Amino acid sequence: MSEATPLLRLEHVNKAFGSLVVTRDVSLDLAAGQRHVIIGPNGAGKTSLINQIGGQLQPDSGRILLDGRDVTRLPPEARAQRGLARTFQKNTLFQRLSTFENVRLGVQARFGSIFDLASRALGRDDINDRAQDILARLRLNHLADKRVSSLSYGDQRQLEVAVALAGDPRILLLDEPTSGLSPAETGQLVDLVRTLPAELGVLMIEHDMEVVFSLADRVTVLYYGEVLASGLPDDVAGNERVREVYLGASI
Amino acid sequence: MTPLPPKDTPTRIPGRRTAGWEVVALGLAVVWPFVASPYGAGLVTEVFIFAIAAMSLDLLMGYGGLVSFGHAAFFGAGAYATVLLTMKLGWSAWAGLGAGLAVSGLVAGVIGYLCVRMAGVAFFMLTLAFAQLLFSAAMKWRWLTGGSDGIGGMARPSLLGLPLADSRTMYFVGLVAFVLSLMALRRVINSPFGHALVGLRENEARMRALGYPASRVKLAAFVIAGVFAGLGGGLYAIYNGFVSPDALTFGLSGTFLLMVVLGGAGSLMGPAIGAGIFLLMKQFVSAHTDHWLLIVGLIFIACVMFFRGGVHGLIERLRTGGRA
Repeated sequence: MSEATPLLRLEHVNKAFGSLVVTRDVSLDLAAGQRHVIIGPNGAGKTSLINQIGGQLQPDSGRILLDGRDVTRLPPEARAQRGLARTFQKNTLFQRLSTFENVRLGVQARFGSIFDLASRALGRDDINDRAQDILARLRLNHLADKRVSSLSYGDQRQLEVAVALAGDPRILLLDEPTSGLSPAETGQLVDLVRTLPAELGVLMIEHDMEVVFSLADRVTVLYYGEVLASGLPDDVAGNERVREVYLGASI
Repeated sequence: MTPLPPKDTPTRIPGRRTAGWEVVALGLAVVWPFVASPYGAGLVTEVFIFAIAAMSLDLLMGYGGLVSFGHAAFFGAGAYATVLLTMKLGWSAWAGLGAGLAVSGLVAGVIGYLCVRMAGVAFFMLTLAFAQLLFSAAMKWRWLTGGSDGIGGMARPSLLGLPLADSRTMYFVGLVAFVLSLMALRRVINSPFGHALVGLRENEARMRALGYPASRVKLAAFVIAGVFAGLGGGLYAIYNGFVSPDALTFGLSGTFLLMVVLGGAGSLMGPAIGAGIFLLMKQFVSAHTDHWLLIVGLIFIACVMFFRGGVHGLIERLRTGGRA
């Protein structure tokens, strides 16, 4: 991809539920290797924005581009096949399947043939190895055979990321990955984000300011669906309006 | 590093390989027509035929989480196509049966296309409605289907020079069809496609976010299930030499559902056992009381409330000492 074409671009995206505007004229770019964090008070429309990028929600107007190609009307699965992966704020896993199978399904989605009716799913070593590799990288391999519903909440939170990484995406959307985690678990997750492939573009929603400023190379502040400020972390932190409406006196 | 795949990984995809008791059961099944009367052989032949249809519904219900209330549509389509092509166009019964598989697959494709995007109540009401539509067509188009009388008089064909009029030959045709269907459906379930189907049952939103085209996977499952239900229907028509709108009734769709739940959804072999229990009870309990369906109903309720895995789940629990 040329420098001029960002991995992900949002152009004047709008979304309203009746009279409630959740996204107002949002435009933003995500480049390869970027760690772009979206912050904003509750109800600022952060998850709605992620859902529109992921395809779970249709914008009312505006365009969403992956590698310069308009995907605004494409379903989630088509966007995923173009290298977009996401996690969910609320764990969205295969609770009754094994940890291994959760990741394996993610690998199979992009490296196996979905409509293969004749071969054995568990007989594909290339897919098994990839799944095992991701579990090892996220230090979840000791849980491979465990049913997901028996995993701790923190491990499930890590697995959310593992499943999203399984398809070897180029864009990763993380919807509040640290929500509900203890300080120690949060630290683990921050380490995990740090060790993500360098060329991966990451767009992340986060509440914890310490996490935000330790990871972000770009910060966007959403306020009532609108972009209040967007730029380098220090510039955003120093922005008067941001300090007024969101950060208050805490920074 | 743990060995792959983990042997007892709780993937909830049972029926991975042939169990020992299945081999024993197959041995008994081979001996049966030589020790039983032609009547006894015929009874079990019917079990094989219904087992194929019940297993095909299990692919949708047990693995895909798609509870179809109109599975008789595919069974009936296969049965009607087989009889009509044989009786009206003079095809051989086997050609009729083969074409019947295509017809039932096509019917499943059309119905599936219109149903798979629906969820919950809308889904099963729609499957029910389409089955009723076919039932009405079979009743009304007397010139073609003979209406409520159906079409009869079809002689059983021969296979490799052996006439199916012989109850043993008919029995072995049913047995072979059943075993091949079980093997084929097992293969589908263990395939990447089968795992995707289970993933959709467990969490459709996540599967789509991972890149799985949910509707197309479900539609493919519908067509596969339709073809096997059609095989059951076509064999039933050959077995009886006759087809009537009974093969398309809501009652029959309900019977398939009962067989799946009774035997244990999501195990293939369970619904086959369910078909056996249902038909044997129908045969023997109904000889003693008119209220045999009441007894079946009570067992059904017990299965839903206390034995979610059905008979198969019970067997597995006994086999594994309560851990399954």
